[in-house]
Amino acid sequence: MRLYLHQLRSEQLVFWRSREAAIFIFIFPVMLFLLLGAVYSGQYEGRPVADYLVMGLLTYGCANTAFAGFAISLVIRRESGILKRIRSTPLPQGLYFAGALTSILLVFVLQSLVLMGIGRLAYDAALPELPLQLAAVLGFGAVAFAAMGVGIAGLIRSSEGASAVVNVVVLPMAFLSGAFGPTRDLPQFLQALADVLPLRHLVEAVEATYLRADGIGSELGSLLVIAVWGLVGLVVAARRFGWEPRER
Amino acid sequence: MSAIVVRDLRKSYGALEAVRGISFEVHAGEVFGLLGPNGAGKTTTVEILEGYRQRDGGEVEVLGFDPGRAEAAFRERIGVVLQQSDLWASLTVREIHRLFAGYYARPRDVDEVIELVGLGEKRNARAKTLSGGQKRRLDLGVALVGDPDLVFLDEPTTGFDPAARRNAWDLVRSLRDLGKTVLLTTHYLDEAQQLADRVAVLRAGEIVRLGQPSELIGAARAEIRYRRDGELVVIETDEPTRALHDLTAAALAEGRELEGLEVRRPTLEDVYLELMDEEQERPA
Repeated sequence: MRLYLHQLRSEQLVFWRSREAAIFIFIFPVMLFLLLGAVYSGQYEGRPVADYLVMGLLTYGCANTAFAGFAISLVIRRESGILKRIRSTPLPQGLYFAGALTSILLVFVLQSLVLMGIGRLAYDAALPELPLQLAAVLGFGAVAFAAMGVGIAGLIRSSEGASAVVNVVVLPMAFLSGAFGPTRDLPQFLQALADVLPLRHLVEAVEATYLRADGIGSELGSLLVIAVWGLVGLVVAARRFGWEPRER
Repeated sequence: MSAIVVRDLRKSYGALEAVRGISFEVHAGEVFGLLGPNGAGKTTTVEILEGYRQRDGGEVEVLGFDPGRAEAAFRERIGVVLQQSDLWASLTVREIHRLFAGYYARPRDVDEVIELVGLGEKRNARAKTLSGGQKRRLDLGVALVGDPDLVFLDEPTTGFDPAARRNAWDLVRSLRDLGKTVLLTTHYLDEAQQLADRVAVLRAGEIVRLGQPSELIGAARAEIRYRRDGELVVIETDEPTRALHDLTAAALAEGRELEGLEVRRPTLEDVYLELMDEEQERPA
């Protein structure tokens, strides 16, 4: 427990101190929300568009924080030798990941509160219908995306390429999944592609708890898809992720 | 008391035999040097002892532990300085020490360690503002913060300028004064000669010499050089005293001077280069 708390504190210190990470991971979704909110207004299917934007950017924030940000920081730490260095200390590997994951979740919780607060104040967006279930869905999504993050970190070879690779995955996925606004007008084949993406299913599960009071029970299929993606991430991680620098 | 016991250690990467059955012991409190060119198997050996790699064969005992089992109790007692690592660039020297101190059950006082490695004035500086030499001191401080009994230094001065190397050498000597056991790898001979109580010379995965630096040199023949009618004469001998006596007696009897007379022992460098030459001449 002492080691876990120490690792969590260390992760928080490192996160907030390195400005690039804090800006990219914490500020970027909020910024996107303000921009999209300024561009799109009015109603969609009888609701203010702002409602969809808050909801969508919560899911983008989830993928950006737990998947993109986590993967990039793992690659950088691996390539700079920090992970190798930590492995020679008594800190167990499991506790390292537990501390890092909790830290990511904390950042994401804070970011979600900021998003919903700004949505409420600036665009008069709705607050969640089922806040606890929403929190459960997002937490579940974040853990699954973090697992995928470790997986992709195992596939990326260099720090320089990490952020490019990860964003080439995350940004199109966010568009296709409806995280940046409704996707009803997408061509059929893109819709079909979107239907297998984990973020698409996170958007649906969040809709069911944020915009509607349908609850988690109505979206078990979506949660299953997310879980499968998370397991794929774990399997890839177990096979490909190492603690030692790939280059050199 | 042996801090490290290695018997018939073997490790291959695919078809490449990186370490081919080496054996040595490191006594508690000594500075032991693994010397050899790049690719001789130094880093592979050290990484097996540190617990980073699994061996293919042989026995290894480090502080009474099998490093391959990666126990936390083992890691409490070792300190590792990697060949290259960049620790958290945006944290300060003190924060990085505290971060690592938190991983150990009985860490040393952080400020004391920072003073010890000579970063006292830089304690509140961000790691990214440190010079190359200061970064290596940071690495060393982090390796010492858990108060280890055994410290691994993998090529601690590669890429240093001469002044920074001397500083690093002083640091290694201060580790010995603290009673730490040190295992050092290097491809610099003078470094091994300056720092190590004993040296194992590695070549192509095998130990070709093992002993005190002075013993390694002492095992080689002495050279007597002088000039006769302008021509350089070199006599190689295992008995320099007798050879010199004969030579000077003859010269005295003839009433001539031995011009440019010198007796030289080969340096560790000569011995080393000779060893490496044998390698090249050996049929593949």
